[in-house]
Amino acid sequence: MRFSINGADHEIDFDIRTSLLDLLREHLQLTGTKKGCDQGACGACTVLVDGERINACLALAVQYQGRAITTIEGLGTPGHLHALQAAFVEHDGFQCGYCTPGQICSAVGMAAEARRGVPSVVTADLAATQIALDHDELRERMSGNLCRCGAHNGIIDAVRQVLAREAA
Amino acid sequence: MSALAQTSWRPDGASDPLATRHGLIGAPVSRIDGPLKVAGQARFAAEVSMPGLLHAGFVYSSVARGRIKAIDTAAAEALPGVALVMTHRNAPRMKPPALFGTTPEAAGASDLPIMQDAEIHWNGQTVAVVLAETREQAEEAAALVAVEYESLPAVTAFAAAKAHAHPPESVLGEPAVLEIGDAEAALAAAAVKVDLTFTTPRQNHNAIELHAATIAWEGDRLTIHDASQLVTMTAATIAQVFDLDPKQVRVLSPYVGGGFGGKCLWDHQILGAAAARLAGRPVRVVLSREGVFRLVGGRTQTEQRVALAATADGKLDALIHTGVAAMTAHNACPEQFTFPARHLYAARTFKLVQQVAEMDMLANTFMRAPGESIGTFALECAIDELAEKLGADPVAFRRGIEPEKDPTSSHEFSTRHLNEAYAAGAERFGWAKRSATPRARRDGEWLIGMGCATGTYPYYRMPGGAARITLTADGRARVAAAAHEMGMGTATVQSQVAAERLGLPLDRVSFALGDTELPPSPVAGGSNQTAAIGAAVIAAHTELVKALLKLAGNASPLAGLSTDEVEGRDAGLGKRGDAARFESYASILRRAGRDEVTVQAEAPMPLELQKWSMHSTAAQFCEVRVSESTGEVRVARFLGSFDCGRILNAKTARSQFRGGIVMGLGLALTEETLFDERSGRIVNATMAEYHVPVHLDVPEIEVIWTDIPDPRTPMGARGIGEIGITGVGAAVANAVYNATGKRIRDLPITLDKLL
Ligand code: FES
Ligand code: FES
Repeated sequence: MRFSINGADHEIDFDIRTSLLDLLREHLQLTGTKKGCDQGACGACTVLVDGERINACLALAVQYQGRAITTIEGLGTPGHLHALQAAFVEHDGFQCGYCTPGQICSAVGMAAEARRGVPSVVTADLAATQIALDHDELRERMSGNLCRCGAHNGIIDAVRQVLAREAA
Repeated sequence: MSALAQTSWRPDGASDPLATRHGLIGAPVSRIDGPLKVAGQARFAAEVSMPGLLHAGFVYSSVARGRIKAIDTAAAEALPGVALVMTHRNAPRMKPPALFGTTPEAAGASDLPIMQDAEIHWNGQTVAVVLAETREQAEEAAALVAVEYESLPAVTAFAAAKAHAHPPESVLGEPAVLEIGDAEAALAAAAVKVDLTFTTPRQNHNAIELHAATIAWEGDRLTIHDASQLVTMTAATIAQVFDLDPKQVRVLSPYVGGGFGGKCLWDHQILGAAAARLAGRPVRVVLSREGVFRLVGGRTQTEQRVALAATADGKLDALIHTGVAAMTAHNACPEQFTFPARHLYAARTFKLVQQVAEMDMLANTFMRAPGESIGTFALECAIDELAEKLGADPVAFRRGIEPEKDPTSSHEFSTRHLNEAYAAGAERFGWAKRSATPRARRDGEWLIGMGCATGTYPYYRMPGGAARITLTADGRARVAAAAHEMGMGTATVQSQVAAERLGLPLDRVSFALGDTELPPSPVAGGSNQTAAIGAAVIAAHTELVKALLKLAGNASPLAGLSTDEVEGRDAGLGKRGDAARFESYASILRRAGRDEVTVQAEAPMPLELQKWSMHSTAAQFCEVRVSESTGEVRVARFLGSFDCGRILNAKTARSQFRGGIVMGLGLALTEETLFDERSGRIVNATMAEYHVPVHLDVPEIEVIWTDIPDPRTPMGARGIGEIGITGVGAAVANAVYNATGKRIRDLPITLDKLL
């Protein structure tokens, strides 16, 4: 089976019951993507597939052959951080760091959803083509990513700063 | 730069000079390990790869009390990839772990034997462990293990257990019963009083990282990559369980994905090690989220009574705080909910009684501010109710009952600035705008209210910590202690402190942790780690200076000076108050022909705790909006004003305070582990049904602090990991009352209770 992960091709065989999350973590040692529940409830396993955010724990790996999968390792490295990664450090948008890769991947996908005009439950005008990501929109749209350390304020500050910079 | 720290824990000791220094102390330094964490490169326990690794699957008991009558493992064993099915029939002989608190190194969460017999003690106990080549195979095999039980009568209802409630032998070394004067008589005679019952539910830590361990034997040497907040104690207790020398067990845990009291020693590490030994191969244990609920205890449920009697001039004539916590017969975590009442307020009489009620359940354990979190809920709601009866503002009322010294021990406070914290917090929050009458503010369907409450948490410094400092000829220092990083910013803060002490730039100092090959550390619990490591580093620093003065010898400008006369500055040692007498570390080492010098020392015993009453305090302020049509509560604003001694890193400290407050919002509004009283089974063992606060639940949280150093602690600091959660439940409940006119005394404050 062939997978495209962070721009690199991987040829690998495995038990077809394997989730995309376990493929990444156990077979490819791409352990930046985290497991917090394995049930789609915490968002720690968020990765991007063709630019859209998904919970890798709910994805059967075999169904993602040939799709463009991006994980936290594909966004940046400690020496060359992605703007969001750097903003998380600056705003202390984490403590233990375990939910963090999922939060960051989720924020990337979330910003793209807003650019496409996808409404959320707090969007006032469902017909709007442009969504302004105000404080409530950001918090609602990031609510699928749990953080038990309580770094919520720093996470939202970091995401806001990067989105504002991109918009400018 | 800094003069040497003396022994501030002795009555005659001088304060740590770092307590009043600026520079790196208090600076908002970003986390040193931040880039690794945000890039997904920080390696957690389940992420260590090893050749030949087997994956573990767990089978949990479905009865609360009884015996395994029959266990059929044949189908599981026949599956491809299965290497081992371990049950009580083939598990290696192991001693029960020594119970936490019984010896300095004991880490056992309970002292029950682990998989040594057919007995079942709680619904969820492990009855079999499967090892297989892949996780998928292990889980399928675990599902095929068929167990037949003989059930025995079990105590799974709190009401039934309470009928046999009794005071435990001690509550963390404090007496379970403490009485001063005749509080019940004072209450009976009082004109203004409250006498209230509060109930609080079970809760689980639910760190996002699942409990995990990667375990390997090499002959009789055992290595465990664990997610642990007590590596030294885990190694010692596992050695005791397997009859090994503690030196034969190495525990590594450089990063922990959240702890909050839950990442200690439980059955899964021991069972994983036992299975690895039987199979002769390394093993990875990753509990499922359900498994975490089955095997790792949480905060227990309580019923508390707070009765307060007031005098006409607004003093307390009686302070009664009593109650019962559910516990097991095999552990010792009585959830010390009466601790806040022992130190917070002046009263003429006191009656403080802790009881425990034994149930057949998974051992409960420490969860962020055990006792203080829910004890302040009851006490601070009752204070709010009493203030209202007196027609007093709750902030002003508290100012009137501020004690001059510890009200129950009579010790002097090392420092206490709760009044200042309240004043600053009230000003900043706009407390003056609160209406004393409930239901006075609304915005459409939303009723708006404000509440406040006091938070408090003790200063602890556990004994047994040591630290090592290596100074190299290129002017760098490596500091090391076994220690733990669960998100507190341990390496960052300790590097800041060490750099300031040594007089080195921050980028010349590193701090290694999370490994039992490093000098031992006590548990990262009781918010004590910063002080414990800080004291060990002070001791090591003194040794280092001694060694350097010796190496410097007579040719040095430092010749003839004693350790008391010098300080670390500008990458070297200098005479205090004398800029001319100085030699750099590099020069001292070079002249002595040394590449480096290494010292190690142990922290002295925490004698400061015997002389002073040492507590942090906080003033917590909350504004809520409550929907009149649905009863939904939204927290609109929150502010915490803290008096915790010196703050060492403004950035990471703010995060830690906020994190505690967020967990407090969960305690107040959403969190409850549902325990089926018929079966003793936890029925909401998922993150979807156990509701921790999510982004939309968390408002912008403002945090301020007094920053007044505590002269009796290393760096003038007191721990800040737990105080954030304290007082939050009451601040929210009092705000809900101010909004709606309804007093909710049963947590969590869910919407059904407000309709
Ligand atoms: S691990 Fe996928 S959502 Fe929790
Ligand atoms: S940083 Fe620890 S769970 Fe979010």
